[in-house]
Amino acid sequence: MNLVVIILSAVLINNFVLFYFLGICPFLGVSGRIESALGMGLATTFVMTLTGIITWLVNHYILIGLNLPFLEYTSYILVIASLVQLVEMFIRKISPTLYRALGIYLPLITTNCAILGLALFSTLRGYDLVESAFFGFGAGIGFTLVMLIMAGIREELELADVPEPLKGAGITLILAGLLALTFMGFAGFLG
Amino acid sequence: MKTNSLGWDFLKGVWKENPVLVQLLGMCPTLAVTSTVLYGLTMGLAVIFVLSFSSLIVSSFRRYIPHGVRIPCFTLIIATLVTIVDYFLRAKYPPLSRALGPYVPLIVVNCIILGRQEAFASKNPPLRAFLDALGMGCGFTLALLVLGGIRELLGSGSLLGFRVLGESFRPWVIMTLPPGAFLTLGLVVTLTRWIEEKKSRT
Repeated sequence: MNLVVIILSAVLINNFVLFYFLGICPFLGVSGRIESALGMGLATTFVMTLTGIITWLVNHYILIGLNLPFLEYTSYILVIASLVQLVEMFIRKISPTLYRALGIYLPLITTNCAILGLALFSTLRGYDLVESAFFGFGAGIGFTLVMLIMAGIREELELADVPEPLKGAGITLILAGLLALTFMGFAGFLG
Repeated sequence: MKTNSLGWDFLKGVWKENPVLVQLLGMCPTLAVTSTVLYGLTMGLAVIFVLSFSSLIVSSFRRYIPHGVRIPCFTLIIATLVTIVDYFLRAKYPPLSRALGPYVPLIVVNCIILGRQEAFASKNPPLRAFLDALGMGCGFTLALLVLGGIRELLGSGSLLGFRVLGESFRPWVIMTLPPGAFLTLGLVVTLTRWIEEKKSRT
């Protein structure tokens, strides 16, 4: 039951993009098209789930086990960078088309604050291994969901007459604000 | 001002190539910590510290960092400096540190810092790299102060904790919440672009 709460809150109530302001750079950069938004979102979800698991292991066995808490940020970011490298190699092998479609965005997952944020929150809230994995998965799904919604809106927006200064980041941020407002409706959802 | 001068190395980061408003980097902390001016200022100063010293270190060692592993090297340097800032804030200003929460360690993945190492510090001498970092840091702080100012003024009727707008002003609480952050940043970015367009047309 607790796992369901963790996933639901990560996806809807405390959505990583619209509530915690994490993952804004890829959110602005990759949400123009539904296919790339989906690809980026799923790759990120995959990395996030793995990150949840591995950072828990690092925290438990190295940071706490060897009493090196000050290495938290350094070790987490190294784990994330390596994971992204591995995922990149994996995707390149499995699906060259997806690899070409995602282009520069794959290495950019490393600087996606959502991934480090997920690791930090998980440690902060004292989740165990399974909770951490589910939290990572939920966070990734929430990120993907918001990317897809934004991509859908922006594809429609291409047919609209947006004034020049608003084009790109301006209108996307304002839309994100409206989306955030909508998602606020989920507050208190789980009582 | 000559684009080749040391002065421009610093000044370009403040407005013309402002990392948040023009380059559209580092938006996560910009949205997260600007509910009040004080938080924005603290974050800005933290980033100035991390950015300037990262650039100084990276630039000083640029000939010895192997190209293939440069990104992890930059990240290690940045992570160490961020750990220092985080522990400093936790020790000296605990309530501030608690309020800023995870966003101080998240400076590690602030794209501005890594971006400057990759684009400038790794290819230029230490003094120029330091000035560039200082300029970008100040530009970032400027953006944070503008956003923090708007959001705190309209959302709480105060600036830096001092009640500015009188008792009759009903605060727009939405400004302190996520939607207000997105809307304010969107409008400020738009305004910046509009000002630049007007300038380039004259």
